[in-house]
Amino acid sequence: MSEYEGVWVFSENQPLMLELLGKGREIADKLQTELTAIVLGSGVKEKAEEAVNYGADKVYVVDDPKLETFQAERYLSALASLTSQYKPETFLIGSTKDGKALAARLATRLNTGCVTDCLQIEVTSEKGLTARKIVYGGNAIATITWRTKPQIATVPPRTFEKPEFKERKGQIIQVEAELEEPQTEKVEVKPLEVSQVKIEEADVIVSCGRGFEKKEDLALAEELAKVLNAQVGCSRPLAEDRKWFSEWIGLSGHKVKPSLYIACGISGVIQHVAGIRDSKIIVAINTDENAPIVEMADYIIVGDIHEMIPAITEAFKKHLSA
Amino acid sequence: MKQAVDVTQLKVDPQTSRLITAEAPRKISDFDKNALEEALKIRESLGGEVVTVTATAEEAKTTIREALAMGADKAYIIKDPAIAKIDTLTTARILAEAVKKLGEFDLVLCGEASIDSFSGQVASRLAEILNIPQLTSAEKMTVENGEVKVERALEDRYETVKAKMPALVSVTRGINQPRIPSLMAIMKASKKEIVEWNLQELGFTPEKLDASNMTVEVLDVSAPKVERKKIFVKGETAAETAEKLVEALLQEGVVGR
Repeated sequence: MSEYEGVWVFSENQPLMLELLGKGREIADKLQTELTAIVLGSGVKEKAEEAVNYGADKVYVVDDPKLETFQAERYLSALASLTSQYKPETFLIGSTKDGKALAARLATRLNTGCVTDCLQIEVTSEKGLTARKIVYGGNAIATITWRTKPQIATVPPRTFEKPEFKERKGQIIQVEAELEEPQTEKVEVKPLEVSQVKIEEADVIVSCGRGFEKKEDLALAEELAKVLNAQVGCSRPLAEDRKWFSEWIGLSGHKVKPSLYIACGISGVIQHVAGIRDSKIIVAINTDENAPIVEMADYIIVGDIHEMIPAITEAFKKHLSA
Repeated sequence: MKQAVDVTQLKVDPQTSRLITAEAPRKISDFDKNALEEALKIRESLGGEVVTVTATAEEAKTTIREALAMGADKAYIIKDPAIAKIDTLTTARILAEAVKKLGEFDLVLCGEASIDSFSGQVASRLAEILNIPQLTSAEKMTVENGEVKVERALEDRYETVKAKMPALVSVTRGINQPRIPSLMAIMKASKKEIVEWNLQELGFTPEKLDASNMTVEVLDVSAPKVERKKIFVKGETAAETAEKLVEALLQEGVVGR
């Protein structure tokens, strides 16, 4: 029998950790083992209780003023000390930028493998996991398995659903960990103006691409979005080249999975498609019937966005007000 | 610098939907060019030497020549067929040995990920092995008084972080626009030195590189399945086309909820 046992989850981002608890619960149930959440911070009793209510059987808490904000070496040393001591078989870590670096460093210290940005994780054999991730710039999906334990995986936000809240009982265990001193110094931290509603959570998205020649024309998309109670997004060129938006949808930007994705004047290069693949229904409006987006769409209108978007807006108005 | 598969020129085996990478052209992974550009800028303002290190399973001299044309002083290539099948941990260990063999340094610059495998682990693992400070996902960087300062755009905040050198910095695509070498620079690059090392010189036995000693195993790489309806919606007028689309979408139950 392997000395490694149990499924662990950690993210310095609490909402992401709750999502990991959903997937972690599923894996733990299949393997008939325990699900453990790791909570690091200062005064984090509530976070630990929340982890239990979202599915953790056990929570290891390192409560230390030094852990109040994320600091890589401190968090890393806490995780390294816990994993060496309790030897989890599987460890899911939230794929924020800091989380990914943390996972790679932890895996190095433990001489083990790490698969970053997993979109699927499955139990395939007795205790063995396989993960799938996007590679080759969105052109392919790689299926990867681990040969060493712990099996470390990082999971991006909004990949797995947050489980349901249920008042549950679990073990909350305070542990001590020796924290290493930071190797870097934070000079300044500015909160980013994060838009109120996250595009990842949108149920309907009206997305704009290079087919929009003038910035004023974005009003057409905004009007359609208003009727549909949708959010407006864009492909990379409108954000990176034209600076009309600060963020974009695609492999290097936000990955979305709405019920309806309306791609207006978006050619659909593979990097964009990789960010919308999980949408339920994709509509493409494009003058070019050979644009790659056509291959990815459920409904295609070959036409000019300046003419078609207002027509669609009108048609929706008629139906949705009825 | 990684010699990567040009991901825009990939083919898929129509029978198995497996990816055919063998025939696709090779190039320097884009992020690594950003790292090199940043190194060249630092050399331009503070002096010093810029060398590139590449671990590759295939011939890479032609590809790496571009780094020399951009302005790197010297290139080191560690070539061994076994590198085709190694994991990020082993890659980082090989690079760490190479860095140690090169002697003293101020900065190791890396791309934050490679365009092909997109794992984004090697930089962090390398710094961990070298036990030097790491500053990841840099959007801006400056070097001053033996310190490196980096700006990082994270999910919910913007951070400025600094560390004493030697340190490792991994850069994003947004940090700069890598220069395009002039014809003159390309000609000059042909005279610059490319040093080839093998893994034995760096202390790696074939056993260490054996598949059974890797931490992960890639089981399959295939094109994602696309199952879309691909229905062309067309009416006599724009209004009629729109009407048909809206009816179809209402039928799908994806709007008006």
